[in-house]
Amino acid sequence: MEKFVHLKAIAAPLLRVNIDTDVIIPSREMKGVSKTGLSVGMFANWRYTDVPARISNPEFVLNRAPYDKAHILLSGDNFGCGSSREHAVWAMKEWGFRAVIAPSFGAIYYGNCVRNGILPVVLPDEAVRAIAAWVEASPAANQVEIDLPSQKVHAAGVAYAFSIGESDKDMLLEGLDPIGVTLKRDPAIQAFEAKDRMQRPWVYI
Amino acid sequence: MVADLGDGAALLYIDRIFLHERTGSVSLQELKAKNRPVRHKEHVFVTMDHIVDTFPGRGDKTLMPSGTDFITSTRATATEAGLNLFDVTDERQGIVHVVSAEQGITLPGFTQVCPDSHTCTLGALGALAWGIGSSEGEHALATKTLAVTKPKSMRVGFTGTLGYGVTSKDMILHLIGKYGAAGGSGYAITFTGPAIAALPQENRFTICNMAVEFGAFAGVIPPDETTFDYVKGRPYAPQGAAFDAAVASWRLLNDDADAVYDREIVVDCSDIVPTITWGTSPGQTSRIDGVVPNPSDAKDANTRGSMDKALEYMDVTPGQKLEGLAIDAAFIGSCTNSRLSDLRAVAAVVKGRHVSPNLKKAVIVPGSTQVKRAAEREGLHEIFKAAGFEWRESGCSMCFNAGGESMGEKWRVVSSTNRNFENRQGPKTRTHLASPTTVAASALAGAIADVRKLG
Repeated sequence: MEKFVHLKAIAAPLLRVNIDTDVIIPSREMKGVSKTGLSVGMFANWRYTDVPARISNPEFVLNRAPYDKAHILLSGDNFGCGSSREHAVWAMKEWGFRAVIAPSFGAIYYGNCVRNGILPVVLPDEAVRAIAAWVEASPAANQVEIDLPSQKVHAAGVAYAFSIGESDKDMLLEGLDPIGVTLKRDPAIQAFEAKDRMQRPWVYI
Repeated sequence: MVADLGDGAALLYIDRIFLHERTGSVSLQELKAKNRPVRHKEHVFVTMDHIVDTFPGRGDKTLMPSGTDFITSTRATATEAGLNLFDVTDERQGIVHVVSAEQGITLPGFTQVCPDSHTCTLGALGALAWGIGSSEGEHALATKTLAVTKPKSMRVGFTGTLGYGVTSKDMILHLIGKYGAAGGSGYAITFTGPAIAALPQENRFTICNMAVEFGAFAGVIPPDETTFDYVKGRPYAPQGAAFDAAVASWRLLNDDADAVYDREIVVDCSDIVPTITWGTSPGQTSRIDGVVPNPSDAKDANTRGSMDKALEYMDVTPGQKLEGLAIDAAFIGSCTNSRLSDLRAVAAVVKGRHVSPNLKKAVIVPGSTQVKRAAEREGLHEIFKAAGFEWRESGCSMCFNAGGESMGEKWRVVSSTNRNFENRQGPKTRTHLASPTTVAASALAGAIADVRKLG
């Protein structure tokens, strides 16, 4: 998995609440048993005026320079709610996003980000809106800087502190393979099963 | 718990894993490529519901050109890995969260995951069940564990009794409408109280199903005699003395009245009437006899902006009455409301009546092949067909575009499903979420209708 340590990049504001994963990647855009080739379908219903013909909607933020080069998305409460489809994260990663800053996230989407090297940053709504206003004043020059080791977002002359779980932080900083990490605990898993088999035999069909 | 990972995180043992053909085969392919075997393959179940179509006489072919690839790839990878497969023609096939309960695969006290957000449905059996992504699916398959950060706890107590024409769907829509689609964000929720205790097991699934639409990590109803009666005798449940021993252990799982929660909400069911969504988030609800709200009353700019967008998308205006709004189609099905009791309630509404000639589509999709057969034994399908509904094979169907089938462009649909997101049921389709009986009454009227007035 790709590491995330430090990023300074153009940020695109999409300040709506409850942007769901059906919006991020409509089910019609998930056409194969694959993690790739999804970015063209990202935000398809907002990004194109004619979806099948792929006619670009000039009004949509990610179609406008310099936001078309953004690596950070700024959004509203409950970003990534809805369907568990990891395709939403795969599409955003393939398009170029490395971080999303929002007041809250859908729980499954948050976990999917961490497992794909995208940093989900939780900041209060006022902070996200202040950053968005500063970015919009000069989007190419006013780049947002995120430092994961110190858990700070630098923007608009302010250092915004954010929280992240220790294991999620380690996974992103080190680019760890979580399955490999857990498999090292195999003796503990086996010990649990041996004890559990006595207590809950009905689990072990 | 297998190990304490510190900082509020733990490595949890996962008792059951379910996969479906849209997200399952990606996980299985990745594991195979990395040469990682499935641990306890006998604890892993696979069904076909998300891509398979629901037309009578169906096979592997779908309207969606690449749909067959999902089905055949899932069949091949699941068979090779030796998993329990409920294939397209298997009598145990159906919507993952319906069949997991129906077959006794989920039991009280279990941990269960599936790469599907509505896995929380199974919390209604007193299990900790939650949706995950494909990467976590791989982790669970390979290690039988998942690292989980302990969520905050919330208790939602439903007091009082439900009025005539009010269902468990209205209970959960009312809750989400009142506290917002992010109202449960960061919480594991315990649903409790006398109105929950009074609900039959099948209606409890509807409550927990939409915990994720409330933003929750999971929703759990503590198991009681209703739960144990439901589980008893199901194929994968323990039988005889083993069942009695399990029940003795499950009784200890019941909600402790003295437990302390991070947040408590009490909802009086006498305040709840049939409820329907007007917008594009499950939190954008109204009383069936109410009006579309005004964005100028929104609590902040982002919410106001989202309401403006929803009004435009749904083609409704502030102050407009919902009742009487003409509809193009009606859909009854999904993991929210497709069980036998839902179908019986719909049959009671539509028996001897006919859907409005203005409807372009009226469809009923049973939640499982078992539900379909049970409904047919009771003759419900004849009532539905006589009323002008299509009667389908089991699957997710037009809750989204499973099988590549959609509602028409800009159609207004009343639907017993769980998500009214933009474009979900079809291109620019305007979805109004409601109970199955509200959908049935609306189908008869050809417009959003109050089932209580039908008599």
